[in-house]
Formats: sequence, C-alpha cells, structure tokens
Amino acid sequence: MERAYLEFENISKMFPGVRALDTLCLKANEGSIHGIIGENGAGKSTLLKILSGVYIPSSGMFYLNGTAQAFTSAQSAIQSGIAVIYQELHLVPDMSVAENLLLGHLPNRFGLVDKAALQGKAHSVLESLAEDIDVNANVRSLPIARRQMVEIAKALIRNAKFIAFDEPTSSLTDREINNLFTIIRNLKKQGHVILYVSHRLNEIFELCDTVTILRDGKVVETCTNITSVNHDYFVRRMVGRSIENIYHYTPRQYGAPALEVKGLTGPGLKSPADITVSQGEIVGIFGLVGAGRTELLKCLYGAVKSHTEYIKIHGEGVTINNPTDAIGHGLVFIPEDRKFEGIIPSGSVSENINLSVRRLFSRFGLIDEKRERINAKHFVDYLSIRTPSLKQLICNLSGGNQQKVILARWLSEHVKVMLLDEPTRGVDIGAKSELYELILKLASKGIGIILVSSELPEILGISDRILVMRQGKIMISLNRDEATEEKVLHYALPEQ
Amino acid sequence: MNNTHAVTVKNKIFVLWDKAGILVAFILLFILFSLFVPYFFTWINMIGLALSVATVGMIACTMLFCLASGDFDLSIESTVAFTGVFTAVIINATGSIFAGVVIGLTAAGCAGLFNGLIISKLKINALITTLATMQIMRGLGFIVSKGSAVGIKAPGFYALGTGSFLSIPFPVWITAVCFLIFGFLLNKTTYGRNTLAIGGNREAARLAGIPVDRIKIIIFTTQGLMAGLAGIVLASRMTSGQPNSSVGLSLDVISACVLGGVSLTGGVGTILGTIVGVLIMGTVQNAMNLLNIPTFYQYVVRGIILLLAVVFDQLKQRRYV
Repeated sequence: MERAYLEFENISKMFPGVRALDTLCLKANEGSIHGIIGENGAGKSTLLKILSGVYIPSSGMFYLNGTAQAFTSAQSAIQSGIAVIYQELHLVPDMSVAENLLLGHLPNRFGLVDKAALQGKAHSVLESLAEDIDVNANVRSLPIARRQMVEIAKALIRNAKFIAFDEPTSSLTDREINNLFTIIRNLKKQGHVILYVSHRLNEIFELCDTVTILRDGKVVETCTNITSVNHDYFVRRMVGRSIENIYHYTPRQYGAPALEVKGLTGPGLKSPADITVSQGEIVGIFGLVGAGRTELLKCLYGAVKSHTEYIKIHGEGVTINNPTDAIGHGLVFIPEDRKFEGIIPSGSVSENINLSVRRLFSRFGLIDEKRERINAKHFVDYLSIRTPSLKQLICNLSGGNQQKVILARWLSEHVKVMLLDEPTRGVDIGAKSELYELILKLASKGIGIILVSSELPEILGISDRILVMRQGKIMISLNRDEATEEKVLHYALPEQ
Repeated sequence: MNNTHAVTVKNKIFVLWDKAGILVAFILLFILFSLFVPYFFTWINMIGLALSVATVGMIACTMLFCLASGDFDLSIESTVAFTGVFTAVIINATGSIFAGVVIGLTAAGCAGLFNGLIISKLKINALITTLATMQIMRGLGFIVSKGSAVGIKAPGFYALGTGSFLSIPFPVWITAVCFLIFGFLLNKTTYGRNTLAIGGNREAARLAGIPVDRIKIIIFTTQGLMAGLAGIVLASRMTSGQPNSSVGLSLDVISACVLGGVSLTGGVGTILGTIVGVLIMGTVQNAMNLLNIPTFYQYVVRGIILLLAVVFDQLKQRRYV
C-alpha cells in the first residue's frame, strides 16, 4: 500500500449562496498521477485554489505527508512544496525566462542581482527538463507551450514535491502535448505527486493512475483501476446521465444566404477572404493557433479595422465599422477569452445578460427594469444557468455558466448571424453537449453560424461545412461528408 | 442545520455591511459629534457644514462617473478656478450675468471635452492627460486674470452663492439637485449602466456594442461642466474670481468618492456612497474646526480616514476571493 502524500479530509468551501466543495475527501499518493475530472462548477477550480492557498476551506482538514496544513496565503503553499500550474500562466511577460524562474529568490550579492548564478540555475533546471529554451529570452516572445515549460521549471526550482496541472493542454498542439506528457511521466518517476485536472478524458486515460470524479462539489467516485472502466462510464458518472452523441448533429434545410462577405482584409489576414453562410447553416473554421481564425471573426465583427468589397446580411448590403454596427445588423460575436472580452466581472448576471439589448428595451435612455428582469429570468431558465439569483455577481459563477450568460446576452438580440470563437473552451463535457444542442437549435431557427474551434472532433462533429485556415488564409471549404480528420489537417498544417 | 443558520445570519450581516457599512459609520460618527462636540448639532453649524461640502459634492457627482468608468480627472481643480475667473472677467466686460455664466460654463465644458477627446480617441492615460490639463487650465486662469483676483462688479450675481430658499443656501440646493440628477442617471439610464460596464471591463463592453469612446467623452465633458458650475457658484460666494483657489480640490473629491466605496479600478460605485463619503469628509473637518484643531493636524486626520476607508474596503473585497 502506497502512502498518501496529500490528503483532503471532509473539506468544504462555502461562498455566499453557493457550496463549491462539500465534505470532499481525496488522497494522492507519492509517485502517482492523480486525475480529477468533473463538469463545470463541479469544484475543480475551487479544489486547486485551496491547494494553492488562494482559498481557505470553510471546514475540513488537509494533510501533506501526514501533517495538517492551514495555508493562509499562496506563499505558504509554495513553501510547503505545492505548485499549481494554471490554464492562464502566471509569468511576468516582460522579464526574461531566468528572472521568471527565480522570481522572489533572485540570487544576489549585496543586493545586486548575480547574473551568472541566475543564468546558471535557470539553465540547469531547464536542461533537466530537456528543454532548449534561451534563458535570456523575454517570456513574451515564447509560444504558449514553451511558457508552460517555464512554469513547470519554476515549480521544480521551488522544490515543489506536489505539482497540480489545470487543463494544461487546452492551447497546445498534439506534438506539444506528447512532449508535456513525457515530462509529466518523468516527474512522476522522480517521485513527484501529480494532480492532473482536465476535461479531455482520453488524456486522463493516457496519463493517470487514479481518477477522482467530482460532481456538485462532491466526490462521486475514485477509480484506482482505470483500465476497468471506459470513456462512457466516466461521462455518465460526471454528468449523472449518459451522453450517447454529444454533438446531436441533425441535418437541416438551409435558407437564403445569411451572410455574404467578399474580399475581407484586416490585421492577421494574409489574403482577402470570401465567406458565405446560409440561414440555418453551421460553418466551422479550423486552423492551428496563429492561422488567423480569431482575427477573421474580429474583422467581420468590426472589432478591429477591416475592409471588404461588400458585406450582405440577409441579402442586404451593410457597413460594419464597429461592434455596435454589427450588433445593429444582427451579427454577434462570442469571444474566446471570456474573462477579458466577455464578462463584466463587477456586474450581476442580469446586468451581463442585458448589457447590449437594454438599448432596445429602454426609452429615452431610461432603463426598463421590469423587461430586463423578465429577459434575464427567461434566459436563466431557458439555458439552465446555475446561479442563486439574478443579482449574483457573474464572477462567482463557473466558466460554463458564464459562457451561458454571454450566450444569453446575444440571444436577447435579433440574431441573424452568430460568430462563436472557441465556445466550448474550458467547458466540461456535459456543458459542451448542452452548448452543441443549443447551437443546433439556433441554426434550425435560421441563424447562420460561424464556429471557430481548435478541437478537430468538435469541428467535424457539428459543422455542415468546414473552412480550413492556414497562416492568415482560407485554404479550402469542405462539405461535411467530404471532410475527414486527415484532409482537414492536410490543409491546416504548413507545407514542409 | 444550526450551522447553516449561523452562516446565513453571518451572511446577512456581511450584506448589510457591504451595502450600508459606510452609512452606519457616518451615522455613528454624527451621533458621536452631536453628543461630544460643542455647537456641532446646531442649525447654524449644520448649514455651515452643508455649505462647506457643496463644492466637493457637486463635483463628486461627475467624479463618481469618471471613477466608475475606470478613469481619473485631476484637472477639475484648475477648471473650477479658471471658470470662476473667466466668468468674472466676462461679466465685468459685458455687464451681463447671463453671458458670463453661459460663456464660463461653455469654456469649462470645452475643457472637459478636450480631456475626453484626448483620453478616448488618442488613448492617452487619463492620469497624465488631466495632469497636463490641470496645469494648462491653471495657467489660463492666471493669464485671464493677470495673476490676481477679479472682483465681480454685478451684485446680482452674488445671489447665486449667498442667497437662500427656505433658509437653506442656494449652493446646498444646487448640490442636492445634482445628487438627485446624477443618482438618477447612474441607476436608471443606459448611460449610467454603460459607464459601470466600461469600468468593469472595457474590452467586453466594447465588444458588447457599447460606444465606449462616446461615453467617455460625455463623462469628461459633464465633468468639466460640473467643475464649471462649481467654479461659478464659488466665485459668486467669494464675489470674485480667484485664480489660485481650489488647489488640491481634485484629490479631495476623489478621496470623498473612494471613502464612499467607489472603486478606483472602475465598475463599482453608488450615489449614496458618494454622498456619505462627501459628508464624512465634511463632518470630520467641521468637527475639527469646532474643536479648534490646527489645520496642520487636520490634514493628517483626513489622510488617516481615507486610508482606513480603503483598507476596510480591501478587507471587504478579500472575502469574495
């Protein structure tokens, strides 16, 4: 029997109106990789924040190596040898790799930074990860995957015995993921305790020794023998029901063109793009990171300066110079970065839903509170947004529920064309399935949909037609029946 | 079960503290002063107190919007002085009070508009922009007045600052009406909600179709106008335009707003909080005057109060994390 290095005993965490963790028990062993899965709002992020000392548990005990711990700050967690590597990396972009690695304990002589020692230390730890990163490079200049390695190296430099990963692969390519897994396995061999939080079940199967399934802040089950279970089993336990086909794809009748764009140019687009979307059609856009997918949507939406020969919505020529114009013509955009481009964190759920549509509800600039309340209530019910009240601050909601609030914001409008940028990013499988169902429902109502995603199965699963982008250019348009994974990738990957 | 009950009671206390903590603090302070500071709770002193916060109060109305949208305005103190002087000069030159007030307000509005254009269209940091216009407006005030106070030769103009209605001076009425108007704007109009949204997350607000630049320009223009109004009322009270008046007023106004719970990072602010913030600053100063505490010590006390308020606010926020 292996010894539990980390142990949670009946940990609960309460927020006003929400019980994020409910008498949670968890044990992670030395030299093992422990997976954590669960839907949005199941309590994964809360768990990680307790580990890293950001949250203090409302009740319960937490042991490290047999000793009870009471973290009062992120600092105390670091000192106890815990490192949490978040989805959004915590690096200082304008400092060098070496400085980032040793931030907080820069080697110095009489208060002056000892550059040679700094570079030496940084170099040796990166070497131990078999990473060839220039220690003098600015972190800003590194691609995401490299930054992640810097974050891992930082954990090692701080002698972290326990390393937790939060959705580490969400913005990595396959090759980068493989590299990351090799490193994680090596860390395990060296006796580190790894906690691996992910929505991607295939990664869990590939990597983890033990898996704990969370639902509504409680442990549903801890599987110690994951070879005995399969993908569907996990999904069932996570969601509490089974999801046969998460995409729910059904063919639809298309109407007249919803959106016709000719010669779209703008920042990030290498050659003029032509796009047509019919009413009721779902067009998926696939491309690697940096292929110009987000840029294309932002140009369409008028969020950045762009030019076109013409844009027609429902056959009518329109001019879109800014988001206000776009929304006025029924073209809406759901951004990829919910936190920085989607939500107003200081606003309530109702405030966030009515943000845009209130201009239609109001008369002479006066807010119609009743209509706003009815509208918010309607969408909270319709999209089953989990919130204790309409007045709850949106920042207290889970990621999936925040995304639904943003969707509600746009469904309140008379939408003709919807641009979705990675709508299911950081969203668990249950909420994903709900979102797909919703997208199909919107399409069947005649809304033209453009969906950008870096998840190929998602693109193949839900799109009627697929546009493949590479280096700021639309390479090809493939119909659903002719699109295969190989074909799409062939056009997406740069020529060797 | 018992535990859950305790939690809800605790929550209710927190919610009350969140919503009305500063108001409760003010009421306690007021009662304390009434009991222990001689002459504090007298009609004459109350009127004096109200009059003393009138200028800060008027400008706090628009500063609330400015801070709520995530910006600053340090230039208002110079706009107050400039408008007073400029109005005095125009009245003396034309003999028309009306012309003086209208032209004075227009000039102040233009100063605000200028701030707004630079900040929204050229994307220059508000702190730097208004620091620059603070100097420019102060300089213009000195230029217009040739460096000395300009006495106003139209006694009818004094009524604005010295007259009263129902034995309450006009400046106090004006301030009260401003609070009502801007409270209404903040809570009941799209303009107010959009202002808070911009302060909460500027990019999200822009992508949600809110005309961010236009709203910023409106915020700064009204800020200029209110500073102008305050300057004119002040000039009327002093029966002259004084180019070196109101130094440090901007920070007084910002302090009062912050004391009233307006977030310096934007997105959060209420009119009630702002009123209470203004009143606390005024009340403490008033009580210190009555107690004959020397001015030098008053600065120290006001600084400490502001610091305490911010620290409490920070502690309050930490609970949510």
